[in-house]
Amino acid sequence: MFPSKFNYYAPQTIEDALNLLEKYADEAKILAGGQSLTILMKFRLVRPGYIIDINRIKSLEYIRKEGNELKIGALTRISDILESELINKEYPIIIDAAKTIADPLVRNLATIGGNICHGDPGNDLPAVMMVLNARYKIQSLNGVRYVQASEFNIDSFTVDLKPNEMLTEIIIPNLDNFSGASYIKVKRKDGDFAAAAVASYLSIDQNDKIKDVRIGLTSLGSKPFLVKIDVNFIGSKASDDVFKQISTISYESANPVSDIRASAEFKKKLAKFLTFLSLKLSLSRIKGF
Amino acid sequence: MEKIHISLKVNGERKEADVEPRMLLVHFIRDVLKLTGTHIGCDTNNCGACTVVLNGKAIKSCSVFAVQADGSELITIEGLSKEGKMHPIQEAFVEKFGLQCGYCTPGIIMTAYWFLNKNKDPTEEEIKQAISGNLCRCTGYTKIIEAIKYATQKLKTSF
Repeated sequence: MFPSKFNYYAPQTIEDALNLLEKYADEAKILAGGQSLTILMKFRLVRPGYIIDINRIKSLEYIRKEGNELKIGALTRISDILESELINKEYPIIIDAAKTIADPLVRNLATIGGNICHGDPGNDLPAVMMVLNARYKIQSLNGVRYVQASEFNIDSFTVDLKPNEMLTEIIIPNLDNFSGASYIKVKRKDGDFAAAAVASYLSIDQNDKIKDVRIGLTSLGSKPFLVKIDVNFIGSKASDDVFKQISTISYESANPVSDIRASAEFKKKLAKFLTFLSLKLSLSRIKGF
Repeated sequence: MEKIHISLKVNGERKEADVEPRMLLVHFIRDVLKLTGTHIGCDTNNCGACTVVLNGKAIKSCSVFAVQADGSELITIEGLSKEGKMHPIQEAFVEKFGLQCGYCTPGIIMTAYWFLNKNKDPTEEEIKQAISGNLCRCTGYTKIIEAIKYATQKLKTSF
């Protein structure tokens, strides 16, 4: 299969990339890892007139701690995230998700920024970023703006990114000793998208009372999203009973469609079951067992 | 758009060519360089028959444009044997019958070449994970895994 013809640019700096985006806007597409875009181009589902290949911008590949936050450059490969000692030690939830993305060969090229900007409801990292309360640094020639992960996904394959804008950094607050997070995914086989997956974040006080809880869902609606938890669990003891109640809210919030992976009803049941398991795992990570 | 001039090291040799931006790396390897050991299977980034090692990492060459490889170092299956002698991983696949029809073999060997370079003593589970992006439609995985295990032994003693 051959994509349609396009013009190719490989800028060396963020500034050069932003200039090209400003110039070609709607006709242009950023090429990061290319593990989704290139395939879509081969199927001719997308036919960009201009490809702006950002793979030469080495300043977009990094993982570092700055003050109370973890900062990841948008072009950082999923394989580099998996090999990061810092992330393995402090953010096991990101490892939970990253190791389930496609396969090792795809992960050698696929990027965190691409996984977030592609907007597929089955992409794994958006729900993780939502429960971690991450925010995204978005740049254009007009300057910099920040968007909360939970606000970024608008609809299926639609994110809050204008044609002249580029995601450059993902900023994640630290997890303290009394907070834990995890991601659990059910898939038919290695390399597949999730039939359903759930991310959870839990924060408790010294008496195991809940200070904060967030649930994010993958493949359980037209976009990855945070579950609206309208019952106030703050101050309740982190227990199986409360986790079951939150799981029921996940079940009710999930709005999946039936497809080759599972029926809608089965996916909703997975939402419930995985929410419970993920909360248990998040709690056990706080407790250190 | 005009063709773009690219220059890269392929199996240790400098190669230069003018390519259309839309030319995929796998087509460049097969049709321009005439290195047909790299196969095309699914052509949709699933099967791994087109696996090569680009700048030290195993990737699927049907998912990358040739222009992206400008300035890079590329190793294909043809680059593994030295002076007519097969690479220990290739020998291991022959000795353990790690193939049936052979179509997926170059891709799987390139994945193993990348993987065994960074993990010298993998467990069986790690081997299975490592080749999870390479499909064998003969389903001959048992012998493939055996061959890769055997290759780790060979690599330890071959130097």
